[in-house]
Amino acid sequence: MSIKKLLYVNRKAPYGTVYALESLEVVLIGAAFEQDVTLLFMDDGVFQLAKGQNTTAIDNKNFSPTYMALGDYEVNKIYVDQQSLDERGLSLDDLQHLVWEDEDEDYAEKDSIIIVDRAQIADLMEENDVVLSF
Amino acid sequence: MALNINGKELETDEEGYLLNLNEWTRDAAVELAKSESVEMTESHWEVIDFLREYYDEYQIAPAVRVLTKAIGKKLGKEKGNSKYLYELFPYGPAKQACKIAGLPKPTGCI
Repeated sequence: MSIKKLLYVNRKAPYGTVYALESLEVVLIGAAFEQDVTLLFMDDGVFQLAKGQNTTAIDNKNFSPTYMALGDYEVNKIYVDQQSLDERGLSLDDLQHLVWEDEDEDYAEKDSIIIVDRAQIADLMEENDVVLSF
Repeated sequence: MALNINGKELETDEEGYLLNLNEWTRDAAVELAKSESVEMTESHWEVIDFLREYYDEYQIAPAVRVLTKAIGKKLGKEKGNSKYLYELFPYGPAKQACKIAGLPKPTGCI
């Protein structure tokens, strides 16, 4: 099986629709099959990574802790759109601290989140084989 | 379907996975293991406890590749391989061990 470069674009708020959770599940399955996975969060999708989510009042499962497991699945290219953060008054500090462990460097923890601008997003879409929008 | 543990009925799905993971107890694990023809030893418990902790932290059951790697890191390299895990759980470590641990069937599990 050849390895494809897959880009998952997440553009919707975490709750209210099923897109965010479905995307996350597909990402985990895709990663289990050793695809080259990249994630991009933009528009309201940046809220998916927000710290301190609490879903008790809406009776939904809070699946935000699962993003912290992405590093275990070797999903460590997680791009976040700067403009979308700015428009919502958010910064990197408002997002969960996602890391991955580099086995080649004695399990050193490295940051997974990379902040990008719109020009870099265009490049990302260009260089991936498949772009899946959620 | 249901599992009777010390006089308490625990509901399961059609494949025998517990519907409510908060109802899980170590006694339930022993019963679930019996239904899978697995006899629980210290080595089995290590994996089950690990899975419970993983789920508690990340809200998912890990894929087998992730489980293998994490077990190797936590319990030692000699245990972090699929041979070791398949010896403990012959019908698939992720699937069988998750069932005994009272977790939902793993996403994309094989």
